[in-house]
Amino acid sequence: MTDVTPLWEVFIRPRNGLAHKHVGSLHAADEVLALDAARDVYTRREEGTSIWIMRSDAIVASDPAHADETFDPAGDKIYRHPTFYKIPDEVGHM
Amino acid sequence: MSLYQAVLELADDHLILSHRLSEWCGHGPMLEEDLALSNMALDLLGSARTLFSYAAVLEGKNRSEDDLAYLRSEREYFNCLLVERPNGDFSCTMLRQFYFAAFMEPFWQAALGSSDAVISGVAGKAVKEMAYHLRHAGEWVVRLGDGTDVSRAKMQAAINDLHPYWEELFTTQTANDALPDRAEIRTQWEASVKSVFVQAGLAFPDPVHAQQGGRIGEHGETLGHMLAPMQYLQRAHPGAVW
Repeated sequence: MTDVTPLWEVFIRPRNGLAHKHVGSLHAADEVLALDAARDVYTRREEGTSIWIMRSDAIVASDPAHADETFDPAGDKIYRHPTFYKIPDEVGHM
Repeated sequence: MSLYQAVLELADDHLILSHRLSEWCGHGPMLEEDLALSNMALDLLGSARTLFSYAAVLEGKNRSEDDLAYLRSEREYFNCLLVERPNGDFSCTMLRQFYFAAFMEPFWQAALGSSDAVISGVAGKAVKEMAYHLRHAGEWVVRLGDGTDVSRAKMQAAINDLHPYWEELFTTQTANDALPDRAEIRTQWEASVKSVFVQAGLAFPDPVHAQQGGRIGEHGETLGHMLAPMQYLQRAHPGAVW
């Protein structure tokens, strides 16, 4: 079945102004049926106002085997976080 | 004829087709279509509920929507024969849905301007649902018709199986000013079917003798077998509610 119905990733935008967010995946034969399936599987409870889909095999992912060299070097660079500024009280919540 | 009878006819079409689709629940060819079939069943059930409630008011005999939906005998249902046809395989179910939606979408479009507030209210919601059913089922008719040798053979078999039944969609025993004229929907129905069949490379067969009788309560032998499990709960536990 999966050779004729490849895997697709589904992204839903809950409402205007927010970004599309990954919600899951599904199998479908082509992009038209994939959009229908995304609607039928992931928006049954008014979750969205817009749907994006893309072929899962179009995603290029980082290699978990390279996680140490990819992500760990950022671990001790706390100065990259903008937490050293004093914010005047009048600014309020940012 | 009375508006009660006209609304009942419409409600029965929706309830019976909804129940047929619900028979797929857990048996769909893939999870995605299993949910799509259940979604469509629930769309139809929603319209059926409103229509049965309205029919009960129009009848004025103190019956509820559940009484009308679950406590009538086979000969007291007035759905067209198309909607009670057994599911068959997936292609047959999709073609039946396509034929029904190709009728109901323009029907509800026309009903948006009904002088009857309940009818135009149902139409406002149902017209969007039917537009989706029409599109989704149509996509499958195209893919199965224009797919593999096996899928094409199955779709052609479904077309032949359902061929005696679509014409009854345009008939009624109960013409009523509050509802669109069914016969006038035929042009739009034929245009929808033709457009999809051309894309699918399918041929619409020559006319055969059209089976009719649903509108006067004369049904195929399969309806009783469908009503038995559908009515079981209300018959065994009268008045049961969620």
